[in-house]
Amino acid sequence: MADTQTKALKVRDKQEVTGPAEQTRPGLIFTPDVDIFETETELTLLADIPGVKPEDLNIDLRENTLTLTGEVTPDKVSDEADVLMEYETGKYFRQFSLSEVIDQSKIDAQLNDGVLRLTLPKVEKATPRKITVKTV
Amino acid sequence: MIYRRLFGLPTWRLRSRFDELEHMRRQMDRIFGELNRGSAEKSISGVFPAINLTENTDNYYVRTELPGVQSQDLDIQATVNSLAISGERKIPEVEANAKYHRREREAGKFSRMIGLPDNINMDAVEAALENGILTIVIPKKEAAKPRQITIK
Repeated sequence: MADTQTKALKVRDKQEVTGPAEQTRPGLIFTPDVDIFETETELTLLADIPGVKPEDLNIDLRENTLTLTGEVTPDKVSDEADVLMEYETGKYFRQFSLSEVIDQSKIDAQLNDGVLRLTLPKVEKATPRKITVKTV
Repeated sequence: MIYRRLFGLPTWRLRSRFDELEHMRRQMDRIFGELNRGSAEKSISGVFPAINLTENTDNYYVRTELPGVQSQDLDIQATVNSLAISGERKIPEVEANAKYHRREREAGKFSRMIGLPDNINMDAVEAALENGILTIVIPKKEAAKPRQITIK
């Protein structure tokens, strides 16, 4: 882990996607970078969604499909003229299908500094149990 | 007259062929030039972080997306006509027994220098980090602001 801590970050173009349905409102849609990791009891999802305010973030879980939608309201005031534009802003959208059964009542979402941390606890049934093999 | 007809005509034809080539070459240059320009508009520098610079009559605005970067890990230095942004993006360690499904987010150090015009007031630079977006407001010098001139 130590080497990744010191390496220099590189610019990566934001990945543009086409949404689930045809858009009626103009604007770009990007797919956020995510980390997803799983422990025995829960699934954690971290997503980089800079510029999304907590009230503009929509997390939806139905029929094992998790949908993240984040609206970005541009900071730019109308009287500002572009000088140098290296990145574009737009909506964030990404869908995941979950194989594990998630306890919907215990889902926890936190949004700090443009990073969403979503904790999805597994239903008790889905947590693996150690099976002891009996010898007769 | 004869001389001109004999020698003038072939040279005229030859020139037109060259003209055509020249015309084609220019057209190609234009097409490729446009292609190159299109790609160059995005991230000219190739240095992290990508910035957006805008201006209005009073200020310059530098914006950059830095999700997950804490303000204490960020260092902004302003000189007479340049701005240096450096810092480190840290991703907290996860439990040792956790298994990754996706790992797209990166941690690491970054530093970038932005050259700015001389007409700025570097003593009054302000920076704010909100929802993962860093906004730096650089006021222009009083002398550099446009003045409304009334016609008498």
